[in-house]
Amino acid sequence: MKIGVLKENKPNEQRVAITPASISKIKKLGYDVYIEKDAGLSSNFKNSKYQEAGAYLTSINDIYNCDIILKINKPTEDEIHKLSSSQTLISFFSPATNQTSLELCKKDEINVLSMDSVPRISRAQKMDALSSMANVAGSRAVIEAAHCFGRFFGGQITAAGKINPAKILIIGAGVAGLSAIGTATSLGAIVRAFDTRPEVKEQVESLGAEFLTVNLVEDGSSSDGYAKVMSDEFIAAEMALFKEQAAEVDVIITTALIPGKEAPKLITKEMLEVMKSGSVIVDLASQQGGNCELCEKDKIVNYNGINIIGFTDLPSRLPSQSSELYSNNLCHILDELTPNKDGNININMDDDVIRGMTIVNKGSITYPPPKIKVSASIKKEEEKIEPPTESVKKKTTLLPALIALSSLFVVGAFAPASFMNHFTVFVLSCFVGYMVIWNVTASLHTPLMSVTNAVSSIIIIGAITQISTTDTLSLILSGIAVLIASINIFGGFAVTKRMLGMFRK
Amino acid sequence: MNLEILSLEVVRALYIVSAVLFIMTLGGLSNQETSRKGNLYGMSAMFIAIVATFLGPQVSSNYGLLIILILLGGSIGLILSKKVQMTEMPELVAILHSLVGMAAVLVGLVNFINPIQEYIGVEKIIHSIEIYIGIFIGMITFSGSIIAFGKLSGKLSGNPLMLPAKHYLNLFMILAIVYFGNSFISSNSINEAMLPLAIMLAISFFFGIHLVASIGGADMPVVVSMLNSYSGWAASATGFMLSNDLLIIVGALVGSSGAILSYIMCRAMNRSFISVIAGGFGTESTTIVASDTEQGEVQAIDIDEFTNMITTSKKIAIIPGYGMAVAQAQFVVNEIINILKTKNIEVIFVIHPVAGRMPGHMNVLLAEAQIPYDIVFEMEEVNDDFDNIDLSIVIGANDIVNPSALEDPNSPIAGMPVIECWKGGHTVVMKRGMSTGYAGVENPLFFKDNTRMLFGDAKESLSQLLTLNN
Repeated sequence: MKIGVLKENKPNEQRVAITPASISKIKKLGYDVYIEKDAGLSSNFKNSKYQEAGAYLTSINDIYNCDIILKINKPTEDEIHKLSSSQTLISFFSPATNQTSLELCKKDEINVLSMDSVPRISRAQKMDALSSMANVAGSRAVIEAAHCFGRFFGGQITAAGKINPAKILIIGAGVAGLSAIGTATSLGAIVRAFDTRPEVKEQVESLGAEFLTVNLVEDGSSSDGYAKVMSDEFIAAEMALFKEQAAEVDVIITTALIPGKEAPKLITKEMLEVMKSGSVIVDLASQQGGNCELCEKDKIVNYNGINIIGFTDLPSRLPSQSSELYSNNLCHILDELTPNKDGNININMDDDVIRGMTIVNKGSITYPPPKIKVSASIKKEEEKIEPPTESVKKKTTLLPALIALSSLFVVGAFAPASFMNHFTVFVLSCFVGYMVIWNVTASLHTPLMSVTNAVSSIIIIGAITQISTTDTLSLILSGIAVLIASINIFGGFAVTKRMLGMFRK
Repeated sequence: MNLEILSLEVVRALYIVSAVLFIMTLGGLSNQETSRKGNLYGMSAMFIAIVATFLGPQVSSNYGLLIILILLGGSIGLILSKKVQMTEMPELVAILHSLVGMAAVLVGLVNFINPIQEYIGVEKIIHSIEIYIGIFIGMITFSGSIIAFGKLSGKLSGNPLMLPAKHYLNLFMILAIVYFGNSFISSNSINEAMLPLAIMLAISFFFGIHLVASIGGADMPVVVSMLNSYSGWAASATGFMLSNDLLIIVGALVGSSGAILSYIMCRAMNRSFISVIAGGFGTESTTIVASDTEQGEVQAIDIDEFTNMITTSKKIAIIPGYGMAVAQAQFVVNEIINILKTKNIEVIFVIHPVAGRMPGHMNVLLAEAQIPYDIVFEMEEVNDDFDNIDLSIVIGANDIVNPSALEDPNSPIAGMPVIECWKGGHTVVMKRGMSTGYAGVENPLFFKDNTRMLFGDAKESLSQLLTLNN
């Protein structure tokens, strides 16, 4: 089968769906790759590199004749009209908000695999272009902010004075948020992050940022791995926190998106009033209306000296990197689609990942797919094990002490004096042993056992005192006892010596 | 010939010296620097005690026989100690315990059939109890140690023996022993007392076997230290029987030492002593092997990748388990860490208290391979520091690095402290296959994102690594 790669025609789009490095991988699956001339130029992949890798350069019309069409941005209606029955399109599609295009594809019986519908399960991570693009966007957001911000991010003490590090608040610790945290901390800024899902705290802290929380327990995790809408009460507490932070921080990067919905408004005009002049806000949700009230799509808005950046093309601003990641994601998808490596595509609707991505199949709309659960939020119930209460502990020490005391009393009441003498010696020795043994280091436990083993053959004394007898049976028995006890004495001490000799510093 | 040179008073004075030296022996073992001196104290204490008894008034004949027997036994002991491999230490210790138990039984029997002194009234009853208890403890030490030896050396299966109604069986045997004890004490002549004594011997022989046979392999460290404790109590009971304070003191020292070790081992597994002795572990674990959540896939690596991971790390923690002892890999490990040192890679060892088959087993093996003890750490010393460790290498260990002990309250090993290596950078687990550890529990560590599995015999893999590194 033929695979065709279109040149992106969206204004300002710099990326390309397939890079030269991926060509050989796709060819190994049995496909021929056709690439539109100059498709990779803007992301610094020359036509000649594609040819060297084994792809055919061709015109746009030939691409539309291929069996599988690869691109990045969602197709325009024009593009869809150029496709015909039984062709397969793989690209972003936004099926939730793109009903007309869906109907068009259905009518023309075009099979569509949507890159933004890859299910969020571990197995599909390598195909998840949303994540790989979010990673690039998060990192670039920090760079854009640094570009607009009139100061250093990192702190310094110089001859000309002290430079305070910038304080950055990152809202939403998904892939983009975490990537932004990583980039911001490595520039030297003080980073704080907020997320409604408590389980990301550890990840945030592992990147060197502080995790902010509101004093209200509500879990924002949902079964599909994204955040869900929170209660009014929680949102109020959250907004109070943001306002407090807004007065303090220099940069805010918002990444809060709820799939299929308009982005929540988190940074209100009221908060902008308290922000310092010169501050920067980067709104990664501007595609879906923005987290900041004054954000405008693809523009920098200046409000009272605060720059609000609403770029939606952040991944495209790092075109080589983004193209490479997207291209790798596509390769993994093609790999899944071609189990026999024979150059024939197999849309297997029993496979969770392929089922999730396929939004139009053989003339019928298969979106949205049935839900599959992500296992990320199991925990919960385990944490409710109550710590043992104090009263139980007290009982356990008191009871044995009482028993010991009363049994000592009983022994004292009945036993003769000679026994009590021995008994005193016995109890005191137990205590001496107890005190001494606790000091033994764990690494010497084996030598301790072999030496105590040798020591316990002190029982030989008993056998020796009995050997001066005329009774044959007694003589034989105590003779054997002496023999085996001395095996133990010599063997035990010798092996202990051997072992201790091995310990060295 | 009569060598009664020392009076009873002098002998007792020498016994005091000996007792003090024995205490110093145990005190000396508290750290590596003084431990060799401690062992010397022990030898001199034993020498003084034997010579004093030999020259004292209690020995009046058969001197030649005594010397021959001691020398004969001594040579056997020395040969044993030279021949034994360090990995076989648990077996040796177990078989030596059985000897102490047997000696206690024999001394008790002789004291019973040929009493040195006549007792009357309460003293007679107490003396009879002492003999009875001494023989009882000696016998279970003997038979229990034999079984422990069999299990440790692989001659017997390591699985716990599951007799039906075993707890009732134990209870029944204890009651029977008490019952025959009563008839032993109340009997008027030696002949009359012989029958209950013989029955008790048979029962306690079987009791010792059953006690150890029903304990699973993972609990072996507890069993070995428990038998160690019993051998001490046996000596102590013999001391009561013979009115010999030295035996009482030394027996009590050994007894409490073994008891504390057992306690430390139980605490390291977060289990009560009673449940270990009752052998309930194996029964619980078999029911909950299958986990309900999807485990994911393990990620296997080969030697090249492993080498790469090692050379790119700055600090490496090695976590050895019984598998290292089985593969005899400790020498290769030492060669590897010597090479790593020249490459400025820091290596530490992390030892779990119950790694291996007896307390401190791993330390002895590492010492044998000449690994310096100042890079060997205990679990608690390292667990909070895994952030700084780039790579953990688990060699033949399983349950002691199982995160479900902390994360899954239904796990049979729940609450047991484990080495939390998954908190570090990467973990490489060297393992022969995907089998479970002694506790029979799945290990989620193997499925973690930062864990890689290196399958194969640990020694072979490490040897390959060594050649690659050279």
